[in-house]
Amino acid sequence: MTPITPEVIAKHGITPEEFQRIREILGREPNFTELGVFSVMWSEHCSYKNSKLELKKFPTVGTRVLVKAGEENAGVIDIGDGWAIAFKMESHNHPSAVEPFQGAATGVGGIIRDIFTMGARPVFSMNSLRFGDIRGDSAEARTNRRLFAGVVAGISHYGNCIGIPTIGGEVYFDDSYAGNPLVNVFCLGILRHEQIARGAAKGIGNPVFYVGAETGRDGLAGAAFASRELTEESKEDRPAVQVGDPFREKLLLEACLELLASGCVAGIQDMGAAGLTCSTCETASRGGTGVEIDLNLVPKRETGMTPYEILLSESQERMLVIVNKGEEDKVRAIFEKWDLPYAEVGVVNDDGMMRVREGDSVAVEIPARKLADEAPLYSREAAAKSLPAALDLDKFPEADCQAALPAILAHPSIASKRWVWRQYDHMVRLGATVLPGSDAAVFIVREANKILAASTDCNAIYCRQDPREGAKIAVAEAARNIACTGAVPLAVTDNLNFGNPHKPENFLQIREAVEGMAEACRKFDTPVTGGNVSLYNESPAGAIDPTPTVGMVGIVEDAAHITTQFFKSAGDAIILVGEPGDELGASHYLLAVHGAKAGPPPKLDYDKELAVQDAVRSLIRSGLVKSAHDCAEGGLAVTLAESCISGDKMLGAAVKIPAGSSRADIPLFNESQSRIVLSVKSGDAAGVLAHLEKRGVPASRLGEVTGGSNLEVTTAGKSFSWPLAQLHEKWDATIPTLMGE
Amino acid sequence: MKFAVLRFPGSNCDQDCVHALNAIPGASADYVWHKDTSLAGFDAVVIPGGFSYGDYLRCGAIARFSPVMKSVKEFAASGGPVIGICNGFQILCESGLLPGALVRNRGLHFVCKHVHLRVESDESRFTNAAATGRILNIPIAHGEGCYFADDATLAHLRTNGQVLLRYCDGQGKITDDANPNGSRESIAGIRNEAGNVFGLMPHPERACDPLLGSTDGRSIFDSILKS
Repeated sequence: MTPITPEVIAKHGITPEEFQRIREILGREPNFTELGVFSVMWSEHCSYKNSKLELKKFPTVGTRVLVKAGEENAGVIDIGDGWAIAFKMESHNHPSAVEPFQGAATGVGGIIRDIFTMGARPVFSMNSLRFGDIRGDSAEARTNRRLFAGVVAGISHYGNCIGIPTIGGEVYFDDSYAGNPLVNVFCLGILRHEQIARGAAKGIGNPVFYVGAETGRDGLAGAAFASRELTEESKEDRPAVQVGDPFREKLLLEACLELLASGCVAGIQDMGAAGLTCSTCETASRGGTGVEIDLNLVPKRETGMTPYEILLSESQERMLVIVNKGEEDKVRAIFEKWDLPYAEVGVVNDDGMMRVREGDSVAVEIPARKLADEAPLYSREAAAKSLPAALDLDKFPEADCQAALPAILAHPSIASKRWVWRQYDHMVRLGATVLPGSDAAVFIVREANKILAASTDCNAIYCRQDPREGAKIAVAEAARNIACTGAVPLAVTDNLNFGNPHKPENFLQIREAVEGMAEACRKFDTPVTGGNVSLYNESPAGAIDPTPTVGMVGIVEDAAHITTQFFKSAGDAIILVGEPGDELGASHYLLAVHGAKAGPPPKLDYDKELAVQDAVRSLIRSGLVKSAHDCAEGGLAVTLAESCISGDKMLGAAVKIPAGSSRADIPLFNESQSRIVLSVKSGDAAGVLAHLEKRGVPASRLGEVTGGSNLEVTTAGKSFSWPLAQLHEKWDATIPTLMGE
Repeated sequence: MKFAVLRFPGSNCDQDCVHALNAIPGASADYVWHKDTSLAGFDAVVIPGGFSYGDYLRCGAIARFSPVMKSVKEFAASGGPVIGICNGFQILCESGLLPGALVRNRGLHFVCKHVHLRVESDESRFTNAAATGRILNIPIAHGEGCYFADDATLAHLRTNGQVLLRYCDGQGKITDDANPNGSRESIAGIRNEAGNVFGLMPHPERACDPLLGSTDGRSIFDSILKS
């Protein structure tokens, strides 16, 4: 066996202090296999050692929380009538940078397993994707396009095949993600309260089964790989990227749900990051027991695999199942029905050890709890806080606004993502009542007869300029998107994407963003049910913009409340709920037109935000709202344009926007928060405004849906008229054209 | 009328078909496992969409060897109605119950969207509840739905009135732009010569609920119930 030298230890990403701790835990020197086991379990990806102290700041309890964050593979939230949902978001950033198709596909597979491990049937997925700029002919742009196309194809391949609809999400393009794309995937499942499954090895003497794909050398130590910065040499890490088989996973999903319904299961855990290692020590740790397995019994795809390779393999589509003794035959019959490879590989015992044998010889013997739950925790050094100065408007003179709106709509981050979601089967499971392309996805869960709304959000420019305010806004915007559909927010999952935490400026971003997000989640009464931390998102050009992505789920009480963002009929009145605003800092206007990420992001005022959302929800429930669209990137002008052009038929509008100066770019493109654009029947407008006034929510009638072929806006003493055909062309054709269609 | 909805490993529209059928008065549906060999007690067979056997080798190529397919062939030979949707259509072609083949979409991408379909003939037990020329709005979701057959087969299908659905635009015109996958002659659905086996790429089960934007899929199932 390979001797343990300081070089070998360093290569495993283990510090001398951590190595000392390992010796204390074992009371001896670790062998090479044990060193590998510690290195993956104590990687950031598995242990959250650099972020856990921060993550403790999140609110995790609430009246609807049935399973808390961190307790199991995914949190579980009560949605009434005995039904619950399990949902979570996870990243597959590094694998996707190296091999976009398989990287993204296995990301989808991993998050789906996290959900059905909980006993829930996965019912829909979403994703939040970030790439470098895809415009232009540079080698970098071509690489970014290849990554974008590959990731979308990978998600489409896996999600479509397994039959779980991908119903929404977001895609942004920015230079900071060049060489380090973000692939954050979200999945939600439905279950009865009594069906919640636990990942604990309970019951001394219970047999431990391995089921699913055979173990191969693919994805060796992927968790450790994910916890490093990407370098030129990362391409040589390709064996660390796993290969996914959605067909196998579909069989595994159906078999596991059938198995859990049979009552034979004492505990269940998927083999994701750190594979067999993680699933054995975590189930033992949760159960307060020990688990002993024999590697000779593990189904293998290749011969001659060492214990190190078997334990650290991240081959996909595998589960560990602890079976109630005496029920082995029932379990075998279910696996055989679904044609799945399986083996009884071990037993639960009472000594608290994770013991791995290879026949008669012991390869690994480590106290399970110390390995799984007692990784060292670090509070890294944070840089001193410095916020951007107020925006100097003189440096950014008013642009030609007539040209600016089409230019912003043609920015790939704002442009229609139809090219993406057309490739996803978003209609399977008969739930997508609001198709992708509106503020939030709305999905009917047929099993439970419940209607859910879901949205993923993060404006990374805001977070770059002010991580605390940006993270607060990510939560607020998700809640606003949910409110626009007529739903009440329930809970959130998050995916915290940052650079190397050892760099003080990055650690400051993490701390600020977590604190901002935690505060906002308390204000919106949306506990965090779990999520994922992805650090070391750096390429040779530097760290990514901080991207703490929020995935929020809400519930619609009545199908009659379901509301979409596009205008419905000519003659309807257009009402702005909220104030016209004037904050241009960190806006997409500055980015798309002036090429700058500058100034502070807009300020979030919780009271105003909550008042606006509550008011809009109440109007929707009264049946007065025909469309509702959240005002976000690109400001009011983009919001209005999207309401005109994103529906089945295009409908023009004519509006007047109040302005505070002679500059038209400020009223058109500012991104002040707490604003929603409604359309209502002309005859209802006065009543709607009176209702809003009674609630103390500022609002104004901007104009009406003309049904014509232009968007006409008067503001700051200027009049603009944009042909909808032109706006639609810019918005709709940009991405297909860039992608060569 | 009792519908058998087949379940192959990798079927993923089976639950949707059962849900949609059970919501239609006069229809009930139940699953039949691919390892089963009897369709006794069922009046019609639905082969649902999905990725049977992962669609490895070729779409539908492995499913045709499943034990249940022998029973489906016997059921069809005795005149029982069989409808194959999406992957089900591919399986019917691979099994030789329908002519032609489904190949990779023209654009090479998977495409999921609502499309317009023109009913080419209402003289069939799958379209008799929809008038000839009616335009149906039903979604598609497939990567390999480009219908291909040689000229002689196509001529034969035309002569016998076996083409039941073609992709069209909102006005019912058959245009290249309205053809989402490059199917020859814009074919979206065909029946066999005897008239009791029907394959189509669009998903009628996804268009049976007003909350999903269209109820035009009902006309296909209503037709089966009527006949």
